[in-house]
Amino acid sequence: MAASSIDLHESPAIEFDSVRIGFGEGDILRNVSFRVMPRETLILLGETGTGKTLSLKLAAGLLKADAGSIRVLGKDLNGMAERELLRFRREVGFVFQEGALFDSMTVADNVAYRLLEDRVNTDEVEPKVREALRFVELERALDLFPPELSGGMRRRVSIARALITRPPIVLYDSPTAGLDPVTSQTIITLILRLRDIYGVTALLATHRLQDGFALANFYFDKNSNRVVHDGKKIAGNNSNAAATRFLVLRDGGVYFEGSPEQLAASNDSYLKRFLV
Amino acid sequence: MADTPFQVTGQQPRWEDKISVFDVLSNSALKFVADVQEYSLLAARSLSNLLRGPHYLQDLLDQMDDIGVGSLPIVLLTGFFIGVVMVLQTGSQFTRFGQSALTGDVVSIALVRELGPTLTGIFVAGRCAAGIASELGSMLVTEQVDAMRAMGTDPSRKLVTPRVLAAILMQPLLTGLADFVGLLGGCAASVFSLRIDAVEFWTRAIKALEFGDLMQGLMKPLAFGFILATVGCYKGLTVRGGTQGVGRATTQAVVISSVLIIVADTFLTKIALFLSDKIF
Repeated sequence: MAASSIDLHESPAIEFDSVRIGFGEGDILRNVSFRVMPRETLILLGETGTGKTLSLKLAAGLLKADAGSIRVLGKDLNGMAERELLRFRREVGFVFQEGALFDSMTVADNVAYRLLEDRVNTDEVEPKVREALRFVELERALDLFPPELSGGMRRRVSIARALITRPPIVLYDSPTAGLDPVTSQTIITLILRLRDIYGVTALLATHRLQDGFALANFYFDKNSNRVVHDGKKIAGNNSNAAATRFLVLRDGGVYFEGSPEQLAASNDSYLKRFLV
Repeated sequence: MADTPFQVTGQQPRWEDKISVFDVLSNSALKFVADVQEYSLLAARSLSNLLRGPHYLQDLLDQMDDIGVGSLPIVLLTGFFIGVVMVLQTGSQFTRFGQSALTGDVVSIALVRELGPTLTGIFVAGRCAAGIASELGSMLVTEQVDAMRAMGTDPSRKLVTPRVLAAILMQPLLTGLADFVGLLGGCAASVFSLRIDAVEFWTRAIKALEFGDLMQGLMKPLAFGFILATVGCYKGLTVRGGTQGVGRATTQAVVISSVLIIVADTFLTKIALFLSDKIF
């Protein structure tokens, strides 16, 4: 079983404890607690405005919680100054909803951004950029500018940009929102590959339940180089990844937390709205 | 209760829902104070970032090119015609008293001390504060600023400091060029309109200037460059309300930086005159 690859003695990669955050018009998140274990994928489900993106930004230290604690890779984000947070964020990949590519830079410069910031030798940068773009099957787009790309291509470049430094954690903000089913499938396959080849821990916000079930039920087989159904049976031998779990946010709190099977078997009328 | 917000319910608003004039005024005052505080912090950080790395030299050069070289045509063109107009206006008055030779003195002092720095500041603010606000504002609404932070880059170092430093460095150079072409324009107008000899115009124009005038004329642009870039960055990085907000921020950046340049000019003139008396 894939789930068996979680070591219960391991400390969580991401841990929210009684987190509260609000803006002018009241709290968006109230008393939210959850954990994501190393190599685990947690799907944040919820309607628009329930705080999914906010949770991701909190996990990346882009926002500070008003109360509660957030620990990521063993570091307490609330106690860190912005300068320390900037250093910390280099260990976390963030895939933004619309890609958030720098539109005045070429695709290659976007992907190379972190390496160039770290003053990595120029000779080492190009092969790494090509490798990252090859991973998302966009090597030919090297010299294009983001406005010349389609929505799906922009997300793929964004994934390449997030994985260039091989971060142990990747945060995905609605990676398939607004895309057609075929392109969505391509993005999910990339996320599967990233998870199963590199074993990254993932927090994925989405309002599309099928994305979550695809991640839970499929597995990228390195040997055959393709996506295989029922990852759990195969994953026992091959997968870097641990389990996929769901967390449903509603009215500022955690409404449901559990496995895909528990979600699918639930008789709750609100959860069933996602299952339709 | 109405099913939609558009249906008339006939219900009167509750007392608590009414907003008093005092609330509106106090909220506006609080917002103004908060804005001033945030702007001051950003402006201070833009300079304190220079003390500690990382520094973005390539971004600085790009901005110097955009703000300096990019603003050159507008500054040269307007500078030339301001010189021409100055001569035409003052020359006609001096001619009435038979003192048209004084035109060179007046034009050169007015251009170098006041019109050159202030008008260049306002023109560059119109072009660059607007450009900076719209560029940073667009980056903010498309999450590019967040993406930058998510990748471990401090936007105040990468986006703000290069723009502020570039504006501070380029503004005196642009002003110097504007002064020069203004005098060229003034000379041309003197020769063709007032029939003053070009050599006499230049001799009087240069002799009229003292070291204090040059200092005043080239120190003011440092402050004006700082104002237009920090206001542009602040308005860009505090955009609210999507693309419409970007448009609003762009307009505000031009208006606020232009007004601040005029206000700052008043105080800087007073300080410069005081220093001229004491030092130069």
